[in-house]
Amino acid sequence: MKKWDAIVIGAGHNGLVNACYLQRAGLDVLVVEKNDWIGGAAVSRSLTPGFLYSNCSYVCSLFRPEIMRDLELPRFGLQVISYEGGAVFTRDGDYLANYRDHHAHRREFARFSARDAEAYDRYARDVTRQCRFIQPLLMRTAPDPTSFRPRDISELLYLGKKFAGLGAAEMADTLRFWTMSISDFLDEYFETDVIKANFALSGIIGTALGPMSPGTAYVLLHHYMGEVDGSVGAWGYARGGMGAVTKALADSFRASGGTIRTGAEVEQVLVRSGKARGLVLADGEEIYGNLVISNADVKRTFLKLVEEKELPEIFLRRVKNFKMRGSSGKVNIALDSLPEFPALPKDSPCYRGDMHFTDSVERMERGYDDWKAGRWSADPFLDMVIPTTLDPTMAPPGKHFMSCFVQYCPPKVEGRDWTDADRDAFGETVISQIADYSPGFRDRIVHMEVRTPRELEAEVGLTEGNIFQGELTFDQLLFNRPVPGYAQYRSPVDGLYMCGSSTHPGGGVMGAPGRNAAAEILRDLSRGTKHMSPAHDVI
Amino acid sequence: MPKLSSARLTAQSHFRTLRLGTPFQPRIDALMKTNDWYDWGGYRAPASLWDEELEYFAIRSQAALFDISPMVKYRIEGPDGEDFLNRVTLRDVAKLKSGRVHYTAWCDDEGYVLDDGTLFRLAPDRFRLCCQERHLPWLLDSAIGFDVSVLEETEAVAGLALQGPTSVAVLREAGFAGVERLKVFDLAEFPHEGGRVTISRTGFTGDLGYELFAPAELALSLWDRLWKAGELRGIRAIGYTALNRARLEAGLIVANADFVTAEHAIRPDRVRMPDEIGLGFMVDLEKGHFNGRRAIAQARAKGSMRHVLVGLEIEGNIPAEHAIVYHKQKKEVGLVSAAIWSPMAKRNIALASLSRPYGDTITDDLWVEIYAMRELRYERLMKRARIVPRPFIKLDRRTASPPADF
Amino acid sequence: MTSFDAIVIGGGHNGLVAAATLGKSGRKVLVLEAAGEVGGAARTEEFAPGFRVSSAHLLNRLHPEVMKTLELERHGLSFGPIAPSVALSRDGNPLTLHGAYGETLTGTSASEQAAWQEFRAQLLRYAGILKPLLARRPPDLGNMSLMESSAFAMTGLSLRRLGKEDMRDFLRMLLMNVSDVADEHLADDRLKGLLAFDATLGSHLGPRSPTSLLGLYYRLAGEISGQPGAQALPAGGMGAVIAAILSAAKSAGVGVRTDAPAMKILIERGRAAGVVLDSGEEIRAKTVISAINPRSTFIDLVGTRELDTGFVRRIKNIRMKGNVAKLHLALDRPPEFSGVDATGHRGRLVIAPSSDHVERAFNPAKYGEFSPEPVMEITLPSLADTSLAPDGACVLSAVVQYAPYALKEGWETGKPKFLKAIMAQLELYAPGIGKLVRHAELLTPADIETRYRMPGGHWHHGELQADQMMMSRPAFGASGYDTPIDGLYLCGAGSHPGGGISGVPGLNAARRIIEMRG
Repeated sequence: MKKWDAIVIGAGHNGLVNACYLQRAGLDVLVVEKNDWIGGAAVSRSLTPGFLYSNCSYVCSLFRPEIMRDLELPRFGLQVISYEGGAVFTRDGDYLANYRDHHAHRREFARFSARDAEAYDRYARDVTRQCRFIQPLLMRTAPDPTSFRPRDISELLYLGKKFAGLGAAEMADTLRFWTMSISDFLDEYFETDVIKANFALSGIIGTALGPMSPGTAYVLLHHYMGEVDGSVGAWGYARGGMGAVTKALADSFRASGGTIRTGAEVEQVLVRSGKARGLVLADGEEIYGNLVISNADVKRTFLKLVEEKELPEIFLRRVKNFKMRGSSGKVNIALDSLPEFPALPKDSPCYRGDMHFTDSVERMERGYDDWKAGRWSADPFLDMVIPTTLDPTMAPPGKHFMSCFVQYCPPKVEGRDWTDADRDAFGETVISQIADYSPGFRDRIVHMEVRTPRELEAEVGLTEGNIFQGELTFDQLLFNRPVPGYAQYRSPVDGLYMCGSSTHPGGGVMGAPGRNAAAEILRDLSRGTKHMSPAHDVI
Repeated sequence: MPKLSSARLTAQSHFRTLRLGTPFQPRIDALMKTNDWYDWGGYRAPASLWDEELEYFAIRSQAALFDISPMVKYRIEGPDGEDFLNRVTLRDVAKLKSGRVHYTAWCDDEGYVLDDGTLFRLAPDRFRLCCQERHLPWLLDSAIGFDVSVLEETEAVAGLALQGPTSVAVLREAGFAGVERLKVFDLAEFPHEGGRVTISRTGFTGDLGYELFAPAELALSLWDRLWKAGELRGIRAIGYTALNRARLEAGLIVANADFVTAEHAIRPDRVRMPDEIGLGFMVDLEKGHFNGRRAIAQARAKGSMRHVLVGLEIEGNIPAEHAIVYHKQKKEVGLVSAAIWSPMAKRNIALASLSRPYGDTITDDLWVEIYAMRELRYERLMKRARIVPRPFIKLDRRTASPPADF
Repeated sequence: MTSFDAIVIGGGHNGLVAAATLGKSGRKVLVLEAAGEVGGAARTEEFAPGFRVSSAHLLNRLHPEVMKTLELERHGLSFGPIAPSVALSRDGNPLTLHGAYGETLTGTSASEQAAWQEFRAQLLRYAGILKPLLARRPPDLGNMSLMESSAFAMTGLSLRRLGKEDMRDFLRMLLMNVSDVADEHLADDRLKGLLAFDATLGSHLGPRSPTSLLGLYYRLAGEISGQPGAQALPAGGMGAVIAAILSAAKSAGVGVRTDAPAMKILIERGRAAGVVLDSGEEIRAKTVISAINPRSTFIDLVGTRELDTGFVRRIKNIRMKGNVAKLHLALDRPPEFSGVDATGHRGRLVIAPSSDHVERAFNPAKYGEFSPEPVMEITLPSLADTSLAPDGACVLSAVVQYAPYALKEGWETGKPKFLKAIMAQLELYAPGIGKLVRHAELLTPADIETRYRMPGGHWHHGELQADQMMMSRPAFGASGYDTPIDGLYLCGAGSHPGGGISGVPGLNAARRIIEMRG
């Protein structure tokens, strides 16, 4: 019976990144995937003829360039096309655009407020400073502050030194920034509702928090860390849909000799004498390996795939306490023509970027209040993109694919499970919001897929439909992610590792958890990591 | 959100023109032969128009017209105008009489320079502040507790620099009667086309010269008036490359070229106090409180300022732009921020920022390492550098009163 | 013209503590109080003929070092019995926390009691770690590395003493929301509602807001008679606390002037030089200490002209819009809360039926609307101190949340509506109470602002949230009681550690001044 060097559970982007690095280190790696397709939440699916849907994740913003280079993703077909703009529609028939050009950005703000127009530079500087402070942490294993091991202590000193290097005023700002709400933070720079809403959205996307919740200023960074110094937070489409990311990873993996099995759902991780030995699939087949690495979220991994008796009680308690309430849904729409938004000039670059309808922080926060009460937002926040304006490969000529990320959408509806009728009503809430700004919108719809946390959990395997595999609050970041004491990709079971977004640094199509986990595994195997680029310099 | 107005809707179309023209653009476009543009604060500005060498000589021997409309301008008005500006800027505004201009700078709480610029006292309670960067939130927040209004008027006000030995003659010829009575840093208003133009004897060249400000709608007729009057006095339009040489000869610094302004510095060690960029003379500790006063006084008392900006004369004739400065050819002690071969002084000159004590108490045995790219190879030169006083050239005609008629 | 070593602006408890401490050090100190009597929000006032009450109505954090330094017991301060907290329930089945913050529970299941004992011990243990940080001056950023600071080192040490797993839980929980933490340990909605209420009382947070657990730690870091988490009424009411501190101050030679509102702090060449009163009178001193709100201190009394713009910005950015209203009812006779016994009525009665209920009450406050079903803590102070009400009658004092300072519709029209909403809640828990009301006084944050000269009506003089704590309290440049103006110090609730009747800001500020030879 074949014994693999390593078996990775789940062919999501982090699983594949991890598998690629291990395979390239000379291990014989198998990836098992429950679905008949690969990609996890980074997929392009053909659900209606002629259209490709990025039906889960939809934007390529955070994927680490170091990983792209190491795994030769451009060679395997990955191409990222930047947004050309973005807009928030206002209820008075206007819009606020985000332009890439610095001066256009200022002049656009000046339409609403002369003061805010000139406040942007200081805002961008302060956010950039914060990004520069924490960006290097993404590609490092979080040190354990309760440990006396030299490695943890030296990492802590590194952080301390970075902090001490900030200067007193900036230290004070940093301390405040980490615990502020994005709403309070923006109030210190801007006066105009729509301008604040425009920035606040980055503080809430993917979280179970409202813009007035402390801690959301940090979340902003999480979405801005795509690049520093250059254009802060450059976002873009993957040509061919988000599946192109995982397809390139899979091709890279196979090209280096790796094996992927689809349609192979894992029933259990085999553990003997406290050590992982392999897997049992749903059909009873056993697969053996020296290492098992789970790309599934921490709850799914340890509450479903590993027997309780194999785990210490305190670890189980902490896993159970890990918060991963889903907060978002997704509506994917095939359109027979480009929708019109009368407020937006036809030649605006904003069509080729992200569009939003929530023009005040208060509306966003009220949407969150609905979610807290177990309802989807009656006036939801939408992050709407039409990738086919820049990528003709995703729809037949002249037709378009529209992706709407929707927040907030609860894992359960007022405490009970979602029904199909709920799902359809949720979809209708979204469509009617768009139709308010786009006459004739409904008539253009050819096909539509509505995804609530229920669908995300059932198909992608994300517990409670949480797209980040765990909420991004302080208690679940860095050395606390996913649980204290096990924040370095290892688990209480010898040979069983985690590499998904439940681990540091968290969610988004970033690849860092998969890479960092590979580095820890190779360290345990005393193997070299020369094939892994160090994190990009921040100077 | 402000109420939806037709102005807000009309302004939507700005995205179609990423680099705006200034109010003088039709005239500059007509003269533009090199198509050598650069971005000045979102405006399309000429780096050169026809010949950057000759444009420079127009400054020194004729009359050069340079469009300064993209300068950021704020109108500051109100009974507390003087107190407000005294709190914001370094110099004593009480000493700035109506009808006068001074060069000043302003700092944040930590005493780091936010920008430098010129302050025009148009009337006892009316000022114009001209600068490189944008500061509206800072100025508005500084106005809390003062009876003063601050208005951004960059687009509304057109500006022209007329510099060079024949500039006064051009103005007189153009009919600005009495302009020759303006002493250096004086300003006065003159009638033009039913409106008014403000003319000050100021400039950025170290030469005899004037700056003219007028409402944007009067810009073209003002240009034409000067152009016509200057025909026989050698008037030429120039771009920034020529001006940059002249300003360097005059030893003048440029924000975000020779120092990083405090609101833009991302790295905490890049900011500078006035004393560190040669602006210490502006700091008036006697006038009462102003932004950064405590920090500057404390840094002076502790001797904790770490940098100094100096003028260098470098042996040879190869410009040392962005060269590293060494002590005893070994220890790295600073960086050249701007350098040229000065056609006027016939010296190889530079501005450099050095780490104290170099440039402060240790001033000898300084060297610059020049990497001169020549046909795809760096010619590496280690040249001796000497700290020299600025300006690098001193022209009596700049300050002569009345100005000589050339 | 008289001259003093130090002038304290504001005769609230912190101002008096600072003055008394400085007086004991041999300095000649004058306290200026704008109102007719000292005591600030702790002073006792008549609100209806024969009915008296003080706005602050419970003691839970008067610091032992303040007690000791000022010898308050010698000056007549003594506490009544430790008061229970009663989590009221509409069905007449309340849950009671006896002793110091629920040493025992009644009214709930045995399993919940066991879970609570474990959880309570954990909370007190973790609050105990933070205690030294809350008692000392926060470290200076920049001047020294954080690790060198003694308070931090102490915290590090006590953390280590916790043991690894406990330390991990501490670090995980530190910035969590109270609701999630309570859900991890408890099942009883009344108990979780009470914790949610205590954690968010006096702040613009809901129990589901991240960091809201800090509010509970802050509460539990307080102690009475050496018992962490305990609460009590002083014998003789809250006025007795002020009387004792005042007596300590006077015996230390401190002068007190009431009806003496400060108009301006005199600044000469960047240094504080004294105070100018509204009357125009000028009193000089080389040290000026402000116990009043930091924004009033800097913007109104110092003036922006003497300050740097960035600092003014930081001061203006301090969030200090209060959410708490104060209700005073003059009742014909003591009310009866369903299912509550006599001891319970002498304790603290809390209407916060569940954590979600508190969160729902918070929601409208974010948008400038009051809670339609407000949450509150109630005391009946006249039961302990019969002098507060006419014979047989009763005073009800309630702290009610959420009542946003900047009510969108304005408090003029909002106030009667809010009073109605409060009374409707009270009626649910004490049926018939409405008929007993002889007079009702509702102080909205706007009223509290006017009456006590507290901007925003905020008793912490600025939100007590993570980003406004420690070195960020009240703002960078004025933390640790120093200010950018030489000779000017802060000693009020706006400074570290924050509000509540603790006396710590006053004591720490005085110690800082002595250390700086001010």
